[in-house]
This record gives sequence, C-alpha cells and structure tokens, in this order.
Amino acid sequence: MEMQLINSGLSADLVRPAGPVPTWLGQLHDRATAVLQELAPPTKRDEAWRFTDPAALYSLQLTKGKFQSVGIEHLLLPDSYQLVFVNGVYAPNLSKVPSQGVFVGSLEELPDRYPVQNYLGQQQGSAEFFTALNTAGVEGAAVVWVEAGVAIAQSIHLLFISAPAPDPIISQPRTLVVLETNAQATLVEQYAAPNRDCIPGEQSYFTNAVSEIYLGTKAKLQHAYIQREADTALLVAKTAVSQAAQSEYQGYSISLGGKLSRHNWEIYQTGAATTTNLNGLTMIKGEQLADTHSNIVLNFPEGKSQQLHKCVVDDQAAAVFNGRIFVGKQAQMTSAGQLSRNLLLSGKARVDTKPQLEIVADNVKCAHGATVSQLDEEEIFYLQSRGIDQASAVSLLVEAAVLEIVKQIPVPTLRQLLFRCMSCKTMFN
Amino acid sequence: MIIENSPVILSVQNLSAQVDGTQILNGLNLEIKAGEVHAIMGPNGSGKSTFSKVLAGHPDYQVTGGDVQFQGQSILEVAAEDRARSGIFLAFQYPLEIPGVTNIDFLRVAYNSKRKYHNLEELDTFDFEDLVNEKLQVVKMDADFLQRGVNEGFSGGEKKRNEILQMALLEPVLAILDETDSGLDIDALRIVSNGVNQLSRRDNAILLITHYQRLLDYIVPDYVHVMEGGRIILSGPKELALELEARGYDWVREEEFVEAAK
Repeated sequence: MEMQLINSGLSADLVRPAGPVPTWLGQLHDRATAVLQELAPPTKRDEAWRFTDPAALYSLQLTKGKFQSVGIEHLLLPDSYQLVFVNGVYAPNLSKVPSQGVFVGSLEELPDRYPVQNYLGQQQGSAEFFTALNTAGVEGAAVVWVEAGVAIAQSIHLLFISAPAPDPIISQPRTLVVLETNAQATLVEQYAAPNRDCIPGEQSYFTNAVSEIYLGTKAKLQHAYIQREADTALLVAKTAVSQAAQSEYQGYSISLGGKLSRHNWEIYQTGAATTTNLNGLTMIKGEQLADTHSNIVLNFPEGKSQQLHKCVVDDQAAAVFNGRIFVGKQAQMTSAGQLSRNLLLSGKARVDTKPQLEIVADNVKCAHGATVSQLDEEEIFYLQSRGIDQASAVSLLVEAAVLEIVKQIPVPTLRQLLFRCMSCKTMFN
Repeated sequence: MIIENSPVILSVQNLSAQVDGTQILNGLNLEIKAGEVHAIMGPNGSGKSTFSKVLAGHPDYQVTGGDVQFQGQSILEVAAEDRARSGIFLAFQYPLEIPGVTNIDFLRVAYNSKRKYHNLEELDTFDFEDLVNEKLQVVKMDADFLQRGVNEGFSGGEKKRNEILQMALLEPVLAILDETDSGLDIDALRIVSNGVNQLSRRDNAILLITHYQRLLDYIVPDYVHVMEGGRIILSGPKELALELEARGYDWVREEEFVEAAK
C-alpha cells in the first residue's frame, strides 16, 4: 500500500524553545522529537479520527504564539488561586498563588526538592502525535504540586488564554498536577478566548494542550476542564490521569467553543479500589465540531467508575463521543457504568456516539447506554400554554438538560461563569 | 353563577377541527359568559379533549371551519403563549413532567411572561416567592414542591394541585379544566375542587371537561352540555348531569334521535 505523507507543518522545529533549557528538559524534548519523527499526523482514515477530520489544521501556516496583554477580568474566578498563561506563555503578574504545603506556579519556579523529572512527560499514553508535539516544546508548564496530607480548600484555577494575533498561531499549554498521598485539591483548567460574550474571533489558531495528573494513594481531586475557545479555534487537548490505590477523581469536561475541538480524556489505574467519576458536556452550534474521546483503563481490582456524557447540538454542528472502558484481567470486582445522552436541537445537527467496553476480567459489573433525542413537543406546548414563548421554552428545556452536569461542578463562581457563557449559546438570558 | 347582562367571554361558532387528517370537531357551538361555570360531558372519543386543546392553541390541531372568539376577538390566529397571556388557561389531563426545570422557576417565568405582556413590571425572585407562598394555601401544597422539577415524581393528585396552583397564579379569565378529576382520590378531589371554587369570580369563567358526574358534586356548574361526535348535542341545567349519571349517554343519543325525527 502506498503511504501518503502529510505535510502538516507540525514538527519539533516549530515548537522547540529558542533559549537554553535544563539538561533533563532538553533530553525530554529530544525523546519527544524522536517519537514525533516515528508518528504520522492522524487523518480521518485513522479509526480514532473518523468523524473529526484534522485536515483543516494541517493547512494552517502556524507560528509560535507570544505573550500579549489582554483583558481577562470576566474569565476569573474570584474565590480561586490562579495561574494565567497567554498564548502558552506564563503571566506571573496576572497570577496569585498559595504558599504552604503546595506549589502552584510555572515549571521554572519549581523548587528542586520536587522530583519533577519522574512525572513530566512520563504519563501513560504519551506516545501519541499531538502529545509528543507538545512535549517536544515544553517550556513554562503550569505545575500544581500538593504535598502528602495537605488539603487545599480554595480551588486552583489554571487559565490558558488564546489572544488574537494577525497570523495563525500555535499555543501549547502544558500542565502537571501531582497530588501526593492523602492530598486533596480542586482544580479548574480553563481554555478560553478573551473576547467577551463569546463573540467569534476572526483568526484561526491552534491550541495543543496536554495535562498530566498524578493522584497518589487516597488522594482526592475534583477537576473541571473547561473549553471556551473562539469559534475559529482548532484545539486538541489531552488530560491523562493516573490513579493510585483508593484515590478519587471527580472530573468534568465542558466543551463549548472551537471550530474543531478534540478532548482526549484518559484515566489509568495504578492501584486498587479507585473511584472515578467523569461528567462530560458538549454544547455546540453553527458549524462547530466537538469530539470527546475518553479512555478508562482499569487493571487493578475493586475500581469504581461512573461516567455521564451529554451532547446538546444545534444548527449544523456535530458532536462525537467515544467512551472506551478497558477492564483488564486483574481488575476483578470492578464496577463501571457509562451513559451517553444526546439532544439534537435541529434537523441538521449530528452526533456520533460510541460506547466501547472491553472486558477481560470475569467478575465485574459493567453497564452502558446511549440515547439520542429531540426536544419533546408536548413539553414545549405545556410551557407555551403557560404563556412562555417558544424560544424561551426551548431555552428552559436546554438549560435543564445541561444543568444536570453543570450543577454538580464544585466551584460556585465557575458555575455562574458557565451559565453566563451558555446564555449566549442559547436564547435564554 | 349566572349573571344577567354579563359580558360574553367565550363564543364558539360552528367550530370544526382535525388532527392528523382526522376530523374530530364537527360544528360545535358554545357561549360562556363571565361568572359562569360550564361542564362538558360526553363519552370517550366524543372530542372533549380535542376541544380543550383547540382552545389552548395546540399546534397539532387544525381548525377547518367556524370561529372561536375570546372576549370578542377571534383567537384562531393567536399563538398558544399569547392566548395564555391574555387569559386562557388549560389545566392538563396529564400534566407533563419537566425534570431539571424547578417548579418555582417555571412558575416565575410563566407569571412574568404574563406581566410583561400586560406591560406590568416583572416580579423579582423574592417578591415572587412571597406571592407563590400565599397561593400555595389555595391547594394546600407544601413549599417543598416548589424546589422540585416541574411535576417530577409528583403523584397524580400532586400534579393536579400543581395545575390549580398555576391557575391561582395566572388568574385566567377562562379556565378550562380537562378531566381534572381523573386519577384523584376523594381527599385530593376535595382539595382541588375547593381551590377551583376559591378562584371562581364574577369576572371569570370556568369550563369543566369531565367524563363523570362526581366532580360536579364539588364544583357545581351553571350549565351542563353533552358532547357527541364532535359537537354539543344537548345542553341543560346542572340536573342534566344527574340524569346522565343515572341513564347513561345512550339515553341522550335516543333523545337526539327523537329530536331529529320531529
């Protein structure tokens, strides 16, 4: 068979830092560069990209993003610590961080006592094209390190801003989160364009984000991934979580923006009796395409995993959900559930949803389901018969559908922010 | 109550309507004046529920002839929400469950839609809460129901009480109660009927649609109409309901046959 070579323009040369870096980091770059040279950029011929054609990305003439000063007040969460990056570049004067028992800051600022080399770029699943591209250019990563037994009450907000530039840019946000034994934290990871009220920007740009999260024994993390890029954005984001014994991960993945966006959400069990809860929401319209690929890999006994993913799709937009759950031979007494619920608001809206359960162990409890529905006309009439006009009735019902996910998010100010953002997605105000 | 020279609230003239291509209403005539309580009775399939849906403006029902005038204006071209805002209220036979929309939000949005339509200032959350707490008394409803999803997990009786609560808030000029007694035990029936009676005034009207006479022991009508084949074939005072209960609908059909023979 003839191999078709893609000239994607996405190479290590594009992303390698210009200045000097520590030796260990240079070696990490080299290893990722080598991986990158082995891998071809994915195309829609790859099973995992069947419904999400990345071709538009490869035609962009990208340059590396630079810091730019932008207004971000409306994106902030007043009750949180915050770490701000603009076009992938750390903005220390926009950040406010805690000090005791926890490090929140940029990689360059991380004290030597933290064994960062054992974690950064070491997560499973890293031999993948976009992850390798990110790793080949790691510079100022966002680092959250919570020491053993420390519980951070205040949430930590990692804000990655994409500021408009005259030419298409590439930003590569990188996040490393380590919760040591018995540590607890609440993390918000937000990717957003700075324009207020979700007004679409004009220029295309590419965000290639990678987050590695390591949960130690009995650690507890609540984590919200929020994607609110401009409607012209292309985005690929990876969240790779490893869970040691008895750790708990509560994850939220909310995708609202982007012309084409992909969230790869991977959970790797590294010990027994873990608890994993994934709650996903995709809410798109116009010509948007948003793809969530989750992959829960269970190789230890007595894990509990629950997942609910909702897509609300309007106009000609298209949503993709692929939820893989792998239950290996050692993962006896696993309990896993997955539900994909989809609401199509127009005749041309589309959703491709695929549960993918691969079960090797024989003593497990696994269930999955998928529904695709439209708004119920009788419900709309009921609301109309009470004087509520049709547009408001539709918004109320859509709000109800998304609320099931959003109301669970443990940061009140983030919930409010999301309601504001969603208001301009629906007609409801 | 029958009031002399009272204004006409609803005037239905020779109304025909169909759903999915099937003709259901065939030349229905009815006039309701302010202060009056009317009951429409009739066997299953006679078109009672269709009539209530047509009055409320359900988009699946097409009017194929005749007219419906509400307070002197034809409403055939008026959207369901505007009919509601101008004072027509339909209490559903099967109120819908809307999980995720809290009852209090639903009630407030509905109430404020009407206020806005009448150029009145909308009530904020706190003022509305005061108002709704007062109205809860009408149907002896617990405030806990306000925080739940609309009708979500409500029993049959709770759903019907919630309908009457909406009626109490929206203060309609014409309330149409479609089989409001169905699925109610005797206590719930008493509470619901009591609520409706409290809301009955000189300047509004109530149209009860029911299969059984039972409801009419609690909400006493001024007029009883018998519906059959999509039109009203017999009208009379409240005693007509008792006669129907005793003799069945077949009796009316025979009467009608005799009428026609004359």
